[in-house]
Order: sequence, then structure tokens, then C-alpha cells
Amino acid sequence: MTTAVDSTRSKRDAPYEGPLLDVRDLHVEFVTRDGVAKAVNGVDYSVRAGETLAVLGESGSGKSVTAQAIMGILDMPPARIPRGEIRFRGRDMLKMGKEERRKIRGQEIAMIFQDALSSLNPVLSVGFQLGEMFRAHQGASRKEARDKAVELMDRVRIPAAKQRVNDYPHQFSGGMRQRIMIAMALALEPDLIIADEPTTALDVTVQAQVMDLLAELQAEYNMGLILITHDLGVVADVADKIAVMYAGRIVETAPVHELYARPAHPYTRGLLDSIPRLDQKGQELYAIKGLPPNLLRIPKGCAFNPRCPRAQDRCRAEVPELYPVTEDDGAPLAGRGSACFFWKETLHDR
Amino acid sequence: MGSYVLRRVLQMIPVFFGTTLLIFLMVYTLPGDPVTALFGEKAADPAVVASIKHQYYLDQPVWKQYLHYMGNLFQGDFGTSFTGRPVSDIMANAFPVTIRLALLAFVFELVLGLALGLVSGLRRGSIQDTLVLVLTLVVISIPVFVLAYIAQTIFATNLGWVTPTVQDSRDLSQLILPAIVLGSLSLAYVARLTRTSIGENLRADYIRTAVAKGLPRRTIVSRHLLRNSLIPVVTFLGTDLGALMGGAIVTEGIFNVQGVGNVLYRAINQKEGPTVVGIVTVLVIVYLVASLLVDLLYAVLDPRIRYA
Ligand SMILES: Nc1ncnc2c1ncn2[C@@H]1O[C@H](COP(=O)(O)OP(=O)(O)OP(=O)(O)O)[C@@H](O)[C@H]1O
Ligand SMILES: [Mg+2]
Repeated sequence: MTTAVDSTRSKRDAPYEGPLLDVRDLHVEFVTRDGVAKAVNGVDYSVRAGETLAVLGESGSGKSVTAQAIMGILDMPPARIPRGEIRFRGRDMLKMGKEERRKIRGQEIAMIFQDALSSLNPVLSVGFQLGEMFRAHQGASRKEARDKAVELMDRVRIPAAKQRVNDYPHQFSGGMRQRIMIAMALALEPDLIIADEPTTALDVTVQAQVMDLLAELQAEYNMGLILITHDLGVVADVADKIAVMYAGRIVETAPVHELYARPAHPYTRGLLDSIPRLDQKGQELYAIKGLPPNLLRIPKGCAFNPRCPRAQDRCRAEVPELYPVTEDDGAPLAGRGSACFFWKETLHDR
Repeated sequence: MGSYVLRRVLQMIPVFFGTTLLIFLMVYTLPGDPVTALFGEKAADPAVVASIKHQYYLDQPVWKQYLHYMGNLFQGDFGTSFTGRPVSDIMANAFPVTIRLALLAFVFELVLGLALGLVSGLRRGSIQDTLVLVLTLVVISIPVFVLAYIAQTIFATNLGWVTPTVQDSRDLSQLILPAIVLGSLSLAYVARLTRTSIGENLRADYIRTAVAKGLPRRTIVSRHLLRNSLIPVVTFLGTDLGALMGGAIVTEGIFNVQGVGNVLYRAINQKEGPTVVGIVTVLVIVYLVASLLVDLLYAVLDPRIRYA
């Protein structure tokens, strides 16, 4: 192993017990011409080393904005964070200085974006863009950086890495480009990787390969992984736990298999019912009725109430908090929570 | 790449013949008789006029004149002006002056235009940005001769830093003020183009990636943002280098710079065919070569562009 790897190892082995990342009551809003869009409204989630958290939710539910707030790459303005904490290894990153924050990016928390073609610089070779990580953070020379870039490309199994290191992003296929993004995120062996829909832009066959690679590398380096997606199929194999987002809030959290078996929120139930299934071929697909709310005017009470089959008067008046979900006899279900007044009834729905 | 350059050079040949013929025809159709005009108020001796006309081939049909001219041109002979001076001699005097003037103007618009565009593009909505927008708009909307007179009034008449017109066109320092006037319009365009381009690229996904990589801001701007943003600006600058040389007529006139513009202006007035055609031909070649260089530079800046 190289020296660079050793230095990150010792940091990782430092005695730190709590969760790697702990997001508490995070709020993000955008000041727009039409008013203040409340994109994130009190998100809580946490990730431990080696753990994979999948974040699910319809388009516009605030998944990416939350991730960008964690990375510290939101444009402020128009964005602002009026409330909340983002603790990384116990320290609130929102209270850190700019320079301290920058050093965390790429070194300790890295991000993979959806569209690798537009996310890579078109006029710089992939070798340069990979090597840049070592040059910026470790002061590596041009030559060292290039060698490490080849090493990285090998590690994400890009064929003929040595010959291709000087190629430009447009010369690679979509799957290979996403591997380069993964390699870039992996470069400094961060503790946490945030992957924002890493496979959405890819062919179905390539999707599985890229996802497997990501899961494998995550296990190998014992990294925390936040996997953002709206594809429930992808999640089942790789995630440990799931957070479902709606209108900028977490509406349900659960270990992955429990969520699939017994959702405790009507929105989750709706999402699950809208997955196409082979045994229902020919039947019309279920879709949650209505549209996600306008973030300038989020409905009073539970934000989901206008679309919810279970909505009562109470849902239109009060905002439900994330209640712990238990068995009927009160036995706790570890890691489960639902922001629905009627989680018990929903749990029993069949 | 080599075959591309060759093809482009070959393409220049018809353009070259086309433009020279066009200029030839235009000079030919100018009203009035240049030789009679040479004598001014005095009545010209028809025999002398005829002999001069014969000497300059003016008694031939235009296509013969053209062939004769081109024939000489390929032997490196640009012809002789009515004053008896070889056109190549006139050009050898005028072009260095104009090239210096154009290069000065070019450096001015390049350095200051890029700097202003960068500052305002990076800080959109700031005071600096607004200032750049207003100033460039003013420069764009004022005709160049007005600008020239304003510059003369301020720097020569009021401040006395320079003489109102250029005394010695070979003195580089005297060319500075004309160059600033000449380059000011392009400077405004360069600044605005850079600003827009920077603003667009700043929102690009690859910049977000660069930020997420934890690169220092300096690196992000100089290595990622600038190179992409400069691509459209380089195109403009390249074509502008040719335009600056040909477009200096007004500026050269006002500041009395003895360059190509001045000579060309006089030659057109006196319907001096050989001089006009010679100068315009060289300008056309400069323009063609400059645009080829721009296209090649374009491929260097953007690897997605490949010429085959
Ligand atoms: N710069 C911005 N200005 C204004 N509003 C923004 C901005 N960025 C995001 N938003 C708003 O924030 C909301 C949440 O966006 P976000 O990108 O987090 O959604 P998402 O859950 O990631 O959706 P998707 O699945 O489509 O990626 C959206 O409604 C979006 O319009
Ligand atoms: Mg998103």
C-alpha cells in the first residue's frame, strides 16, 4: 500500500464511536423571484462506517439538495440553511470555516453525480481529472498523479487503463465514464461517499455492473454510502436501510427488507405499489394520484395529505413527527420510524 | 490534421481569385477617369492621357487588365501607382505601421477585455459587474470617430499627455492612444462575451464536480472554468485580428497614422487600382490565415473537435 493510503487509514482507525454522518433537523430554502422555496424541511438521518443508506423519493423531494448541503456545494445564495446540523465524525460542518470545509470535500466525503458526461470537464483528460485529487490534496507531482490515476482506473476495471489515461471524457462509453466518476470519488479513500442517482443515466445492463462495483468497493474500504435514487429495484440488493423523502422531509425510515415487506407510511406504500412486477404483466400500473406539492406553498398539516388515501381531518391540521414504529405488542422495531398518524393501520394494510 | 490544413489552404485559392476579381471590378466601375483626374484643374493633353492609359493598361478591357495584373502578381510584382512608386514599396511602408497599431489594439482588448469579463462574470450583480456592463454598453453605442475625438480632447487638448495627431507613425508610444480607440469596441465585445461565457460555465455540472473534489477556488477558476469559457472568446479574437487591420481606416484618418487605412482611403479617392487591389489582397490573405489559425487553436482548446 502506498503512503497516502496509510495516512487515511490511521485517521479512520481513530477511536470514534458515533455515526460517521449525522444530519439533524436540516432546513434548506431557496430564495427565488416567486418567493422562498422550502426544499428541505427538517431532515434527520445518519450513516455509520460500512453502512449504506438509500434515500428514496419522487423528483423534487429534496434528495439532491440535502446531499449538496452535506457536501457544502450549494450556491449560497440563492440557497440558505436557516436551521440544522450536519455532524461529520461528531463535528458540525455548518460551523466550520470555508477552508476546513474544502479539505473535507474529496478527502473525507466524496460525491458521485448522475450524469458523468456533463460532470466531467470536457477539455481535460480523465487522467488529469483523476490525478488532480492527489495534486490538490496531497501535493503530488504531475508524474505521481498520472501513475495514481492509472492505478485508480485499473481498480474500477477500466480496460487498458495505461493507454486510456490521456483520453478525454467523450471518448469513453457511459458506463466507463461513471466508473471514472467512481474512481475519482474513491481516489483519496474517503470515509463517506454520496452517490446521487449514479446509474440513472446508464443502460439497464450497465446499471447493474456499476452498482455492483460501487457496493464492492464500499465494502472493501468500509465506507459509509448514501445512495440517492428513485429506483426501488436498485436499492434492495445493496442498501442496509432506507429513508423515504417527501416534500423535503423524511416520512419513513426502515431497514431495507422490512420496508419492502411492511411499509408504515401511505406514501411508501404507494411507491412500492407503483413498481412494475412481472407477475402483474398486462395490468395497469399503479400510480400515486396527484402531484408533489409546490415548494412555495407546502400544504398545511402532513404535506402528503392531498394525495393520501388515508387522510383525515387531523392530517390536514397537524404535522406528524417521525414516530417510532413498533409491533402490535409494543416490541420495538429497530431503526423504524414513520411520519404518519396512522402508521399502525398502514403497517397492517395488505 | 495535416490534410485538413492542406484542404483549408487549397480552399483559399478560389477565395483569393474571387476577392481580387471583385475588387478589380469595383475599382473599375468607380465613376470618373483616374488619369484625367491626375491633372486636376489643368486641361490634360489627350495624347499624354492616352499614353499614360496605355502604360497602366487602362485602355484594355477589364478582363485583360485583370489577367495582366494577376500575371505580374505571380511574379511578385504588385504594379506601380500613378505617382510612379511601386505598390510593393507603398505597402512595405504602410503595413508595418498598421500591424503595430492592430497588435497594440489587440493586446489591449485581449488583456483588458478578458480581465473585465472575468471579474464581472465571476461576480455577477456586483458593483464591478454593473460598472463593466454600463461602460461596455457606452463604448458599443458610441461611434468610433466620436470616441476618437473624445480621446483627443481629453488626452491631448486637456491633459496634454500626447499630441492630438501622430507625428511619427513609427514611434510605438505615439500609437498607444489610437490603438486604445481602435481596440475599444472589440474590447467591449470581448468583455461581454467573456462575462456571458463565464456565467454559463459557472453553472455547468463539471464545475460542481470540481467544487465537490475539494479543489481550491483558484484552481477551479484557472484550470476548469477559464479554459472552457475562453473557447467562444478565442473565435471572436481570431477573426477580430483581421478586422482590426482592415478596420483602422477611420482611426488612422483621425489620428493621422500613416498606415494601410490612410493609404487605402487616398487610393480609393484617386481610383488608384493597383494600390487598392494590392492592399485589399494582402488584407484578405491575412484574414484567411487568421481564421485558419483560429480553427486550429479551437481544436487545441477543445479536444471534442477533431479535424480530419
Ligand atoms: N438553485 C435552486 N433554486 C431554486 N430551487 C431549487 C434550486 N435547486 C433545487 N431547487 C428546488 O429544490 C427542490 C428539491 O430539489 P432536489 O434536486 O433536491 O430534488 P430531488 O429529490 O433530488 O429530485 P430528483 O429525483 O429529480 O433529482 C426542487 O423542487 C427544486 O426545484
Ligand atoms: Mg436529484
